[in-house]
Amino acid sequence: MKKLTIPEEEHMLSGHTACLGCGATIAMRYVLKALGKNTILSIPACCWAVIPGVYPHRTLDVPLLYTAFEVTGAAISGIREALDAMGKEDVNVVGFAGDGGTADIGLQALSAAMERGHNVFYIMYDNEAYMNTGIQRSGSTPMGAWTTTTPGGKKRMYKWEPKKSVAEIMVAHHIPYVATATIAYPEDMIAKLKRAKEIKGPKFFQILSPCPTGWRHAPDKTVEISRLAVQTNVFPLYEVIDGKYKISIKPKNPKPVKEYLRLQGRFRHLTEEEIEKIQRHVDENWKALLKKERCSQEEE
Amino acid sequence: MKMILTGNESAAWGARLSRPKVIAAYPITPQTSIIETIASFIANGEMDARYIRVESEHSAMAACIAAQNTGVRTYTATSAHGLALMHEVLIWASGARLPIVMSVVNRAMAPPWSVWTDQLDTMAERDSGWIQVYTQNNQEVLDSIIMSYKIAEKHNILLPTMVIEDAFILSHTSEGVDVPEQKKVDDFIGEYNPAFKLDPEEPAGFGSLIMPEGPYMEFRYKMALAMEEAKKEIKKVVEEFNETFNRNYSPFIEEYRTEDADAIMFVLGTIGSTAKDVVDSMRSEGYKVGVARLRYFRPFPAEEVRRLAKKTNMIGVVDRSYSFGPGADLFAETKSVLYNHTDIPVKNYVMGLGGRDITPAILRKVFLDMLHIAKEGVADKEIEWVGLQGDERWS
Ligand SMILES: Cc1ncc(C[n+]2csc(CCOP(=O)(O)OP(=O)(O)O)c2C)c(N)n1
Ligand code: SF4
Ligand SMILES: [Mg+2]
Repeated sequence: MKKLTIPEEEHMLSGHTACLGCGATIAMRYVLKALGKNTILSIPACCWAVIPGVYPHRTLDVPLLYTAFEVTGAAISGIREALDAMGKEDVNVVGFAGDGGTADIGLQALSAAMERGHNVFYIMYDNEAYMNTGIQRSGSTPMGAWTTTTPGGKKRMYKWEPKKSVAEIMVAHHIPYVATATIAYPEDMIAKLKRAKEIKGPKFFQILSPCPTGWRHAPDKTVEISRLAVQTNVFPLYEVIDGKYKISIKPKNPKPVKEYLRLQGRFRHLTEEEIEKIQRHVDENWKALLKKERCSQEEE
Repeated sequence: MKMILTGNESAAWGARLSRPKVIAAYPITPQTSIIETIASFIANGEMDARYIRVESEHSAMAACIAAQNTGVRTYTATSAHGLALMHEVLIWASGARLPIVMSVVNRAMAPPWSVWTDQLDTMAERDSGWIQVYTQNNQEVLDSIIMSYKIAEKHNILLPTMVIEDAFILSHTSEGVDVPEQKKVDDFIGEYNPAFKLDPEEPAGFGSLIMPEGPYMEFRYKMALAMEEAKKEIKKVVEEFNETFNRNYSPFIEEYRTEDADAIMFVLGTIGSTAKDVVDSMRSEGYKVGVARLRYFRPFPAEEVRRLAKKTNMIGVVDRSYSFGPGADLFAETKSVLYNHTDIPVKNYVMGLGGRDITPAILRKVFLDMLHIAKEGVADKEIEWVGLQGDERWS
């Protein structure tokens, strides 16, 4: 019999204000299950600044510092140093920020915090656009997507640029732990969080978190889409420990990217050639990742 | 202990003696030697604090906010562009009621680039909810940091404080400074006792979303009350400080020969010492002039300003910044608190921007202009720019 590895403890209470089927909400629930009660959260402006509820309500039973949009890296540094100064080295400090607050406006503070090496978690829940302000393009929006600032129109002005690889930017900071995860694979996510918890220093997670509202899919497809992202190699799951890559899941027969795209209204407009182009982009990224895994493990 | 210290070294000593546990800072001329001095205190084991070498001033303030909210005393320092970059998080710090103390070395804002003294940087933050104290010499720089922690941390105040010094005139100029004993400062400020903190044992959220009918407005009102209340605490703490450390600060306004003055000049910062010198020499010639150097701009000492206006026939307000509204900031606020209380003329003298020298000769001419207005009973104009290139009247 296989043992369930998802902790029963619960730090997300009922009454959150997220949309139906919100992937980011599921991501938080698992993160807190893995890290436990002895955790302080720092959350900038993003959907998650609203999801805990309106004052005085709060769906989370861990201490929570709301902050300005771009400061998560600095805020977790401040919390960590204050805790250490008070001798509370056992408390987990977790920045939980959206892709906009991470890849774009908060990248500077994040980069500096990682480089300085504070003992913190930074968790980027990646819903691939600025959702809180109503679905605008971020640097983490994938190639081909519709958003309200890449609305298509007569000129087919969609988001044609490739998605910024924040996890790779973090690897370039030589931090001890970088991982990707997604909500369809909770046991993988929790195992990674628990591994990371044992490591002293900066730990970065990018968690793909489907957003029915922004991705234009049915709320009951959240988990399916998250799983397809991995099975099509659109969002590979891997971890990089001390610079060594380890791919968590290698789909034997990757599904065509089209299967992932067709479930989401944000890709509805794509032509066959455009889908082909995205497929090629995904294939190249996957090959590059396999190479990184091979090269980084080689010296062993 | 007597030491020879620059203004910036005095600030670093003020911070050291106050024992902040976390410092987050980013360099900018003319603040840099404050954070360098602190770095060497820490590196030599003379100061027990965590030093976060952030990548920007925005992050410096954000890190101080987070650290202070976690339950420790914090300190930072900046100038001009650094302060402007902090704007968003300055308002966060005060709204979150975190008694952070920060040194600000007044410097001009570009363009064109200028690193010299000018008060636009701090004046532009007058509505950020921070207490602002302007200093006149290095002793006052050091002492004000200690007093500021004590005032700001009172649970009926909980407002962050800027301790402000003029660029170069103080920041890089050495003077004899009496550095108080650590033990005496410890006894004076006491251990930091946060009113609230991030604590897994007692989970709470800080800064969450609030609806228009929620207590947002009440939170702001409480800040306004705290800023008023700060006047009482400032008075108490300054008196206690004077007694403990053998000093002689007036809480809000340092008055100099104002008793029977026909005209009183209002100033901030180091202009005060030049003006006092000019007053001495003019008094010896029989001119009845005086100086009022405001120490606090926030909270604004309205009562003290009104009381001064009762004693004289004219007020000349010197501003080292301009606000493109009804004159510069100290002038606008002075006039506004005097309205309905007096009819005496008040005139604004804008000078010294971008570090242009404010000499005794210039101030003498300004005093003579003020005396003329005092006699006439009306000001010839509201705002006068003093010392512009090619304008021979004031040099
Ligand atoms: C300085 C600043 N600029 C803009 C905003 C407005 N704003 C709030 S949340 C947000 C988008 C957040 O996007 P992301 O980080 O991806 O989180 P999401 O809402 O998608 O969960 C923006 C633009 C802000 N709060 N602060
Ligand atoms: S917009 Fe998307 S990320 Fe935001 S709460 Fe709704 S589903 Fe979740
Ligand atoms: Mg987003």
